[in-house]
Amino acid sequence: MFTTGAESLLHQAREIQDEELEKFCSRINKLLQKEDFGPDTVDSLQRLFFIVSATKYNRRLEKTCVDLLQSTLCLPTCPEQLQVLCAAILREMSPSDSLTLSCDHTQNNRQLSLVASVLLAQGDRREEVRHVGQHVFKVLESRQPEGPSLRHLLPVLSKVISLAPSSLQEDQTTLFSKRLVDWLRYASIQQGLPHAGGFFSTPRTRQPGPVTEVDGAVATDFFTVLSTAQHFTEDQRLNVQAFSMLRAWLLHSGPEGPGTPDTDDKSELEGSTLSVLSAASTASRLLPPRERLREVAFEYCQRLIEQSNRRALRKGDADLQKACLVEAVLVLDELCRQEPSFLYRTLSCLQALHGRLRGDPAYVRALLPLARFFLNHGEAAAVDSEAIYQHLFTRIPSELFHNPMLAFEFIQFCRDNLHLFSGNLSILKLNFPNLFKLLAWNSPPLTSEFVGLLPVLVDASTAVEMLHALLDLPCLTAALDLQLRSLSAPSERPLWDTSLRIPSCMEAFRDPQFQGLFQHLLRTKASGTSERLTPLHQLLQPMASCARVVQCAEAVPILLQVFFLAVTQFADGALISHLALLLLERSDSLYQVPGYEASMHRVLSSQFLALCKLKPSLVVELAKDLLEFVGSVSDVHRRASMVTSVVWAIGEYLAVSYDRRCTAEQINKFFEALEALLFEITQCRPSATLPKCPSQVITVLMTTLTKLASRSQDLIPRVSLFLSKMRTLAQRPAASSVHSEEDTDAVHTRATELLNLLKMPSVAQFVFTPSREVCNPRYHRDTNTALPLALCTVSRLVEKEAGLLPG
Amino acid sequence: MVYAFLIHTLRAPHAEDQGLCRVLYSCVFGAEKSPDDPRPHGAERDRLLRKEQILAVARQVESMCRLQQQASGRPPVDLQPQSSDEPVPLHEAPHGAFRLAAGDPFREPRTVVWLGVLSLGFALILDTHENLLLAEGTLRLLARLLDHLRLLAPSSSLLLRADRIEGILTRFLPHGQLLFLNDQFVQGLEKEFSAAWPR
Repeated sequence: MFTTGAESLLHQAREIQDEELEKFCSRINKLLQKEDFGPDTVDSLQRLFFIVSATKYNRRLEKTCVDLLQSTLCLPTCPEQLQVLCAAILREMSPSDSLTLSCDHTQNNRQLSLVASVLLAQGDRREEVRHVGQHVFKVLESRQPEGPSLRHLLPVLSKVISLAPSSLQEDQTTLFSKRLVDWLRYASIQQGLPHAGGFFSTPRTRQPGPVTEVDGAVATDFFTVLSTAQHFTEDQRLNVQAFSMLRAWLLHSGPEGPGTPDTDDKSELEGSTLSVLSAASTASRLLPPRERLREVAFEYCQRLIEQSNRRALRKGDADLQKACLVEAVLVLDELCRQEPSFLYRTLSCLQALHGRLRGDPAYVRALLPLARFFLNHGEAAAVDSEAIYQHLFTRIPSELFHNPMLAFEFIQFCRDNLHLFSGNLSILKLNFPNLFKLLAWNSPPLTSEFVGLLPVLVDASTAVEMLHALLDLPCLTAALDLQLRSLSAPSERPLWDTSLRIPSCMEAFRDPQFQGLFQHLLRTKASGTSERLTPLHQLLQPMASCARVVQCAEAVPILLQVFFLAVTQFADGALISHLALLLLERSDSLYQVPGYEASMHRVLSSQFLALCKLKPSLVVELAKDLLEFVGSVSDVHRRASMVTSVVWAIGEYLAVSYDRRCTAEQINKFFEALEALLFEITQCRPSATLPKCPSQVITVLMTTLTKLASRSQDLIPRVSLFLSKMRTLAQRPAASSVHSEEDTDAVHTRATELLNLLKMPSVAQFVFTPSREVCNPRYHRDTNTALPLALCTVSRLVEKEAGLLPG
Repeated sequence: MVYAFLIHTLRAPHAEDQGLCRVLYSCVFGAEKSPDDPRPHGAERDRLLRKEQILAVARQVESMCRLQQQASGRPPVDLQPQSSDEPVPLHEAPHGAFRLAAGDPFREPRTVVWLGVLSLGFALILDTHENLLLAEGTLRLLARLLDHLRLLAPSSSLLLRADRIEGILTRFLPHGQLLFLNDQFVQGLEKEFSAAWPR
């Protein structure tokens, strides 16, 4: 395996001591000073590169060595391999303050490109980027006839403007635009000649023919990246480079780009008027350079769109056609943004393209930039883009969710273009079930994307449905898997986990009895209804531990928190109550993925409390349901966190101060129910099948009972009795065999505290049912009203009192 | 444009506790503007930061690849059998993309496109809004070219032949510029490269 060999090499490189490295460097110095470019030098430099790059800490190379590397790089006689090695070592050391490298020392363009790669890696501490840009530009404008190898310089310029857009001045930008026009439009359409042959080369009997299209036909128009040939000429290579950097250049030199000053506005207007008036492209030669570039770019893109319709003979070319199509649409989008007059010429072409592509799954990724184009410009052109969005959002996610790159690009498209939906996000919101499919299948890369997207999708009308959908997300993953298995032809390469055999689930998927439920789960649009998918949870149990489902389950807690954060921003009282009720219900009916229930209970219980805090009257409103919940809990240990939260919420918010509808009768009812629950918990003996109940549940029950008693004071004797029983129970030796000492201590301490407080009912009321003002920090800072002080005092008083009483 | 290209190890799931994810090769194409650091070792700190950022990305790619392989039920990448003569089956190789938010770990938000080949991970760190189809194609191309040079076989020391990777990058991804290269163009460039590099 790779790892062991690589590990030992890395260790060796990192363990080389400074003296050893110095000796090695002086050996290299000797070789470089002699200008010995043989295999020995190559080998040494390869090792030096490895030593420098192997560690993230600095490797101090002595000055002579560094100087020699720099000078060797610029030698005219140095072979390319060594130049590349020197540049690589210098780049790996970057940023470095000891470099004296400069563009002026280079002999040819390839060297200049290598030197630039080192200088651009310095982090622009001394304006290196601008200097490199200026130097490269000087070389470009020195009007040498297409060679030697100007193509080495275009990528440098492209990198310079991406790092420091203000490196080129306005006239330089204009000049370069002019040259781009030449390279893009006027490259030769004859094939290049092979390099001068060797000893046995035959004299040239035939001129090389014209370039061909990807389907083998002779080229019909100017040269583009989709034109093929046996050998390429220099200007054809420049054509490829020029198109590759075209979009970035247009963005840079466009009206809002950093490379354009304000004076351009006037010529812009004139240029656009001209474009509108001159339909034929011949008149466009009179345009100023930037407008001419746009015109040429437009023609180039049109040609690419035409060329991508041909059936490529080679697979590599077929892939390139798709990439070219995407790029062409992106460039056209930018052109129309910069000059709206292009719109009229582009629209029909792109609408036709959309019609052509929508039925072809191989080209589905090109539909995204197309959709963006129509989002960007559809309104201006009064185009009905509804059909395009419908197709995009309804069909693509449900059919192609299993394509990881498409899924990522789709969600990126949604996130990046929210501002283009011009306030009408309903199409996104309504199609959330389809978007969830992408997430359910590809959860690791898309979870963080959805954390950003989910708040946009949340809506008051679909919130309840969305909550169900989120809770059932792992179920959706399983269902998608079954859908893939049942829909695919036997000859197709399986997209699912073939090691997983689930005949019972497949049967269930095909069973007409469950069709409705599966269809609801796999729906593409928000239906406005919520179905309980509990039967599916059981049916799909065999798939619950398969890796994809588990991965999805891990994403849900995070998304739930995002959901609640978003929904509480706008939810009204009714929705909050509905959601709270849902939390309680669903906590008991979840798909049993290993670890899922536990993590969900944590989130659901904390969200329930958050909802209660937002709307305290919730507890009184949902009194009936909460009573039912408390009364029906049979396995407390499994739902410990939920029970704790609910009980705590009851104790905290079941008071007249939070809701006037709270009656003494209600308090009594709750008291009885909670008392019964506590009794049950403490009486039942834990066994192998029934683990013990966490002591936190016991303490919170005791506290809540006390709180309720403090509000309905005739309950106090009952509570006191119960509490003293609990205290005795905690002290018994039998208890310590069941619970840990910490737990029994906690129960004992809490029972004591509560009993003490109940001995002074008015204090108890203050402590347990504080008025709202208690939230004010003053109550905790002021020594007269601080709660801890009050408690402390009470305890001391009571203990003193107890000391005076017999027994 | 591409900010960086890296090759790193992909460990089998059971081997995670032993050893660490190692970056075997990385090339940063022009660094973002360094923060003004007047302290004496500003440049070194800068380099340290860059290396750690690259390692952070490599670790994320490794876990994405592992999760994808687990989810699709395929064997972990580094246990896949490889006969020395056949070209690496790239069309079936695990691949994907994910976004890096601003500040995590780079100042600017970036996108990572990755490919898992045998026990190696290949990744391109791109600026946002790049043509991802082209980036994917370029990544596959780079893997294929390195495979032609027999640099992906476990016995080969890719670590000591980095100049070949550099040579390929200067032709096929110069300064991080993604190029629209058709098949014959690629063949021509490859021939040029092997002519310029002694065996």
